[in-house]
Amino acid sequence: MNLEIKHIEKEGKQFLFLQGEIDVYTSETLKQSLLPLTAQEGNEVIVDFSDVNYIDSTGLGIFIGALKSTHNHESSMKLTGMAERVRRLFKITGLDEIIDIEESEREEAK
Amino acid sequence: MSQTSDFLEMKVPAKPEYVGVIRLTISGVANRLGYTYDDIEDIKIAVAEACTNVVNHAYEEQAGQMTVGCGVYEDRLEIMVADRGQSASVDVLKGSVGPISANKPVTQLKEGGLGLFLIDTLMDKVEINNDNGVIIVMTKFLQRGEVEQNVGGISATTTDRQ
Repeated sequence: MNLEIKHIEKEGKQFLFLQGEIDVYTSETLKQSLLPLTAQEGNEVIVDFSDVNYIDSTGLGIFIGALKSTHNHESSMKLTGMAERVRRLFKITGLDEIIDIEESEREEAK
Repeated sequence: MSQTSDFLEMKVPAKPEYVGVIRLTISGVANRLGYTYDDIEDIKIAVAEACTNVVNHAYEEQAGQMTVGCGVYEDRLEIMVADRGQSASVDVLKGSVGPISANKPVTQLKEGGLGLFLIDTLMDKVEINNDNGVIIVMTKFLQRGEVEQNVGGISATTTDRQ
């Protein structure tokens, strides 16, 4: 019930690797790692969801905030590696229409 | 009609770190009852949304508790999340919005307000009462045998378990 966050800069892109669950307890840490990245003009931020197994509306709120930040600072954000179950919440809430989510090649084993 | 076979209740501090504990417990109960992975996921999210609302809005300065009750029926789970706060959490719930519209400018999007929408979407039945605190009662029906029986609706799921 925790979230580990790893930030790597590679080929000029900002990668954020998330591992764990994004909820009311862990989202503040996520916000503190993500927002400074999107607030830098021209930054290309890639958030890796491969090891995220849970997200709820608090977590979605962080990504709405980050999206707004990319608009205000002319940066960009892309979410990758999302499992079907996590992606579903982005779909239900309509967020997949406005946030750049990369189609995952690795379908979650059902 | 089916009758209650079990009832469990948890009382925890209304703090962020306990939402995951509730989620894990409810997920264990749902799993034991034979809900599908997707349904368990729905229940986990809905319960967490209700608890998160209590944590964020029920109590202002003072510490408070949240009570999560879970009625285990033959054909459904009824989960109740209650606080004894100032009912502020109900205003937040009622101010809740629907899904996000792609037509709206990004800068006008709100970070919050998706909680009740998700509870409503993911559960089969939701009731909210505010009388001396706020109580959300949400129900998820158990659909046994998945695909085949789903066709006949809920009434088809009452076949006896061995």
